[in-house]
Amino acid sequence: MNKIIEKEFFSENVARLVIDAPDIAKSRKAGHFVIIRLDEKGERIPLTIADGDPEKGTITLVVQKVGVTSAKLLAMNEGDEILDLVGPLGKATHIDKFGTVLCAGGGVGVAPLLPIVKALHEAGNRVITVLAGRNKDLIIMEDEMRKYSDEVVIMTDDGSYGKQGLVTAGMEEVIKREKVDKSVVIGPAIMMKFGSFTTKKYNIPTEVSLNTIMVDGTGMCGACRISVGGKTKFVCVDGPEFDAFQVDWDQMMTRMGAYKTEEHEAYQKYLETVQTEA
Amino acid sequence: METIAEYIKKGRPDAWRAELRKSMKAKERTSLERVVMPEQDPNVRNKNIEEVNFGITEEMAVVEAHRCLDCPEPTCTIGCPVGIDIPHFIKKIESKDFLGAAAVIKQTNALPAVCGRVCPQEKQCELQCFYTQKLHKPAIAIGNLERFAADYERNSGKMSVPAIAESNGIKVAVVGSGPSGLAAAGDLAKMGYDVTVFEALHEIGGVLKYGIPEFRLPNDIVDVEIENMRKMGVKFRTDFIVGKTASFEDLREQGYQAFFVGSGAGLPKFMNIPGENFNGIFSSNEYLTRINLMKAAYDDYDTPVLEGKNVAVVGGGNTAMDSVRTSKRLGAKRSMIIYRRSIEEMPARVEEVHHAQAEEIEFMNLHNPVEYYADENGRVNRMRVQKMELGEPDASGRRRPIPIEGSEFDIDVDLVVVAVGVSPNPIVPASLKDLKMTDWGTIVVDKETMQSSIPDIFAGGDIVRGGATVILAMGDGRTAAVGIDQYIQEKVKAN
Ligand SMILES: Cc1cc2nc3c(=O)[nH]c(=O)nc-3n(C[C@H](O)[C@H](O)[C@H](O)COP(=O)(O)OP(=O)(O)OC[C@H]3O[C@@H](n4cnc5c(N)ncnc54)[C@H](O)[C@@H]3O)c2cc1C
Ligand code: FES
Repeated sequence: MNKIIEKEFFSENVARLVIDAPDIAKSRKAGHFVIIRLDEKGERIPLTIADGDPEKGTITLVVQKVGVTSAKLLAMNEGDEILDLVGPLGKATHIDKFGTVLCAGGGVGVAPLLPIVKALHEAGNRVITVLAGRNKDLIIMEDEMRKYSDEVVIMTDDGSYGKQGLVTAGMEEVIKREKVDKSVVIGPAIMMKFGSFTTKKYNIPTEVSLNTIMVDGTGMCGACRISVGGKTKFVCVDGPEFDAFQVDWDQMMTRMGAYKTEEHEAYQKYLETVQTEA
Repeated sequence: METIAEYIKKGRPDAWRAELRKSMKAKERTSLERVVMPEQDPNVRNKNIEEVNFGITEEMAVVEAHRCLDCPEPTCTIGCPVGIDIPHFIKKIESKDFLGAAAVIKQTNALPAVCGRVCPQEKQCELQCFYTQKLHKPAIAIGNLERFAADYERNSGKMSVPAIAESNGIKVAVVGSGPSGLAAAGDLAKMGYDVTVFEALHEIGGVLKYGIPEFRLPNDIVDVEIENMRKMGVKFRTDFIVGKTASFEDLREQGYQAFFVGSGAGLPKFMNIPGENFNGIFSSNEYLTRINLMKAAYDDYDTPVLEGKNVAVVGGGNTAMDSVRTSKRLGAKRSMIIYRRSIEEMPARVEEVHHAQAEEIEFMNLHNPVEYYADENGRVNRMRVQKMELGEPDASGRRRPIPIEGSEFDIDVDLVVVAVGVSPNPIVPASLKDLKMTDWGTIVVDKETMQSSIPDIFAGGDIVRGGATVILAMGDGRTAAVGIDQYIQEKVKAN
């Protein structure tokens, strides 16, 4: 069960995994995620489903090495099995014919953005996608995005690829150029915060996908809770997508950092054990 | 069908029981003292996770069984939600037929080792006991005896696997593996059905695993029961959310003829007061899940949990007691219960409150949190509480707590656990448009059969009752098994 069928690195720290999961492949929609646990002592972490093939019974995950579990997952090989994989979780993205949709993805936020771009494209929208990263190596899934976007704008902090500048500069350029009816921004919290400040200036309804800390992913624990429009919401069941203008970004960023010390220590320890084993 | 009262009366005239009754004078019996459960020293146990109670010995059990008068009208049985033949099993213990005692309990209770540990006996059987009602003496220790019989059977290695009817090949799905689901699955398997239990989490057992801590209900005990069910042919599928991974319709297409939904009351409530989303404030479900299910307190497990030196737990139920006692075991200097009513109104089992008190848990009764404050990193560091007084009784019959104006003061805390109740898990209802629900989000069922408004879907446990108890959940599962059997038999006949 949950066998890794294919593994391909986009860059040193980001890889695409195709996993055998027939039930999930059949029932998933854009916006859904899964929770995985790698081994008996592992933690449960959420990962967005980037793509799926109901025929072959597979789902695609894009994973960036950020901590112990993602590092362990990227160290697994084709043929290995993931102990626990459950989903699809969360609410599916609301897809409609909006007109022109500006999609912006930063870092691994690009992975969850792909199924949305694809679905928006299939629903007949004009889709303009902005992909942003620190440098050329961190721009991922460009080819896939081009397939479903009418236009792709690339932004890098250092100008090593595409245009130099932040994601917001790329977004603003498009907004100034043409009428945008809707926007979807997915990436690190700080990027979503400023991305949605940009669209707010122009009154463009904007969705973001929140990647809070989770445990069960079924609404049972409240680890994922966040204040949206002044009300506490559970991201795993009420989200993960929300109206960007209602999200309490400061709270989001504080809550994301709840285990910073523990995570850092665990990661250092993991790196040490990997090195001694090598 | 015979009623519970008839079932219970039936065995009393048997010669061996009549003999036993005559073997000791009632006066002698009532002059015996109630057995005291041996337990770990409070100051040792509040630093480990081993079970608090050791269990009573054979000698103690036999003495305690002597206290039971084998009443002609055994009122204790009225207090038992699943109708255990209490005098019968106690007399089996008195005659030292311990395996026989376990067999009697198992006729109506699928999980006696669990119930002996977690049932609120003081509000059920022991409340109705002749000793409590008429003699005003401590009740027969029915819960301790139940636990004794179940543990004896398990440790004897002679645990009986119930007789299974010949397989009828009819597929039934059970949604959720808490006590209600396990009870339904066990009974359906006995009737010959091909039962699959679907569980959202990676572990079987529901609250028994992720909620109730090891020091009160060791996981091994639950695992033995699950192993037994596997031997009975019950199949388990973890990591499978019915309504998400596959719909009810998908499962119908795969040949499932009926469903039992025991999906529990998983959704934690918060109080919606300022600052409640600061770091270091958990729901009891999150706190206990991290520790019990994910084993966060062990270094070699990846899941982290924040450490607390000054821990406040808000609430007065079992969940609150479990959380506060867990925090002490994880090294808190100060672990407090903050509860808006007085100790008498606490819904927790009395034994747990006593144990908590012995373990140096501080009780701040008649206090309620009003706001939380945090340091520059957003970690809670202080909470404001308000004093309360008790007014007139409310709908629940308990006196209503009323805030005292101007009585607020602050307490330093670095970890807070909110244990103020749960709402029904919404995943199943959300996936079934036609399912009839109450305003509280529970599933509406026919009490006789546990059938919902959708004919092939039955439900029980917390998803029907809101947060209730293990024994009621189990009872529902068993009632539903009978209901499902009738439903399927009729469907088969009609075809
Ligand atoms: C900390 C704590 C302490 C408690 N202490 C006591 C006590 O001492 N005595 C007592 O009598 N009671 C106690 N209770 C209450 C008791 O545990 C519950 O009443 C009982 O477990 C309810 O059983 P259930 O079968 O309805 O649901 P649960 O035990 O909640 O199990 C439901 C299961 O269904 C799964 N599930 C939900 N939705 C789906 C889906 N769509 N598909 C698949 N699976 C799904 C869940 O993951 C869960 O495992 C306590 C509760 C808690 C939280
Ligand atoms: S992750 Fe537990 S409720 Fe959302």
